[in-house]
Amino acid sequence: MKVEQISVFLENKSGRLSEVTAILAESEVNIRALALADTSDFGVLRLIVDDTENARKALKNNGFTVGKTNVIAVEVPDQPGGLHHILTLFYKADINVEYMYAFVRSSGDNAVMIFRIEKEEEAIRLLEKNGVSVIDGQRLYSI
Amino acid sequence: MIHDIEYETMPREALEAIQLRRLQNTLARVYSSVPFYRDAFNAAGIKPSDIKSLSDLSRIPFTTKKDLRDNYPFNMFAVPMDNVVRIHASSGTTGQPTVVGYTARDIGTWSNLMARALAAGGAGRGDIIHNAYGYGLFTGGLGIHYGAERLGASVIPVSGGNTKRQVVIMKDFGPTILTSTPSYALHLAEVAEEVGVSFDSLKFKFGVFGAEPWSEKMREEIERKLNLIAVDIYGLSEVMGPGIAIECHEGKKGLHVFEDHFIPEIVDPETLELLPYGEKGELVFTSLTKEAFPVIRYRTRDITSLNPEPCICGRTHVRMSRVTGRSDDMLIIRGVNVFPTQIESVLMETEEVEPHYQLVVDREDNLDVLTVKVEVSERTFTDEVKGLQSLERRISKNIKELLGVSARVKLVEPKGIDRSQGKAVRVVDNRNI
Ligand SMILES: [Zn+2]
Repeated sequence: MKVEQISVFLENKSGRLSEVTAILAESEVNIRALALADTSDFGVLRLIVDDTENARKALKNNGFTVGKTNVIAVEVPDQPGGLHHILTLFYKADINVEYMYAFVRSSGDNAVMIFRIEKEEEAIRLLEKNGVSVIDGQRLYSI
Repeated sequence: MIHDIEYETMPREALEAIQLRRLQNTLARVYSSVPFYRDAFNAAGIKPSDIKSLSDLSRIPFTTKKDLRDNYPFNMFAVPMDNVVRIHASSGTTGQPTVVGYTARDIGTWSNLMARALAAGGAGRGDIIHNAYGYGLFTGGLGIHYGAERLGASVIPVSGGNTKRQVVIMKDFGPTILTSTPSYALHLAEVAEEVGVSFDSLKFKFGVFGAEPWSEKMREEIERKLNLIAVDIYGLSEVMGPGIAIECHEGKKGLHVFEDHFIPEIVDPETLELLPYGEKGELVFTSLTKEAFPVIRYRTRDITSLNPEPCICGRTHVRMSRVTGRSDDMLIIRGVNVFPTQIESVLMETEEVEPHYQLVVDREDNLDVLTVKVEVSERTFTDEVKGLQSLERRISKNIKELLGVSARVKLVEPKGIDRSQGKAVRVVDNRNI
């Protein structure tokens, strides 16, 4: 049920982000979701792509520091309180969300949110028990 | 192995007798053939014949880098140009380069001393030496090269740069000794890893590294990553080039200075007073056998100390401690003396970063601001911004604790700090003082 995400260390220099997208385009990697967390000095770019290994190799060969993390993708009902419901579940179960961002495409009528959670197994069990749909990697890459 | 057993293990008394005789000859020669030295001695009211013992050396005036520059290019030469067979020059990172010359006999002496140095570092006949020091005006490449040939080893004159090709050569030719700057050695390790070559599968036994200051922590890192025993070599072109002092691989505790050819002294860089054995100060050299370019009490700017205690290798020559910095590399940040190697030792203890760094000093609102740029490491990179920020804070705190100076730590991308061209640029000082 986990989804692989790659992260790239970026100095805050103009043009670095577009270098990443250019390298991925050249390697025919399709970006499915992207979020940038930055400070005044540096940023960490988080990416979900259709071919993680290929993307990782291409970026590494071009001198980027690349890491790999597991995240979970959750279907969030596209209605008021949809996200709140899920965050409340985590909060009550004492599960800490490191960060989250929205996936570009939706799944049917539902939005898709990406969560980075340390206790991910526990989170997945909790969500499924409460009838929240968690999307696995294969399905997510093909949405 | 000791290459020159008679001279390298000579009892101190006999060694000092040779030093005095050679010193007197050198002084007489520079007095008669180099106007700069004649004027300097006259101004100090000293004649070469006044020097009756080694302790009289301290009466002679110092020579500085500026003196060499003022006599650019050939005015410090002590022989006519038709006796000079080789010319080298130091990089002119600040101002004019200094130019040095060698007679055929000087080249022979240098080759012999470099052969001694390589032997002390573990090399011998039958070894293959991968020499990645730059060939050219810089003395590193050719100095090592001639010593390797004198020793009877096989030398690969690969020079600097084109690192991927170097990895192929290391794999195919099976060199057993690596000679390079320490920062280039680490660069080689990185590139080898990138192209999937493990140093464990290579044949290296020993490495002889120098031409820039490096720390004990960096030695551990090199030995671990390159799977070899690393020793420190010292030299500077103004005095001869590499091969003035070398660490023996048996002891790995300080570099034996070849005292039958050079007299080392340690002085206080401020007062210029002579310091006793064991005390840290600026290293000063007098050459004893050089013909084309003798130097008298030349201030190297390198900070070290001398240790006369006997060494387990059997050599009787004093050992200088690892150079911890240059008195002109020393940064004064808000009144605190900072040597780049001190920062390096903090970084070496931090697993999450690569030992590639650069210190940038700016002046903002009349205050010195030190920024330490350091490369984030692939091995431990996390995608947590918090984690990276706390890493920056931790390094900054460790620097503050060790050096008493505040530093802004800035993580940069791998290869964000250039290191492929021989000497790494460790300090960028943007203060216009
Ligand atoms: Zn020794």
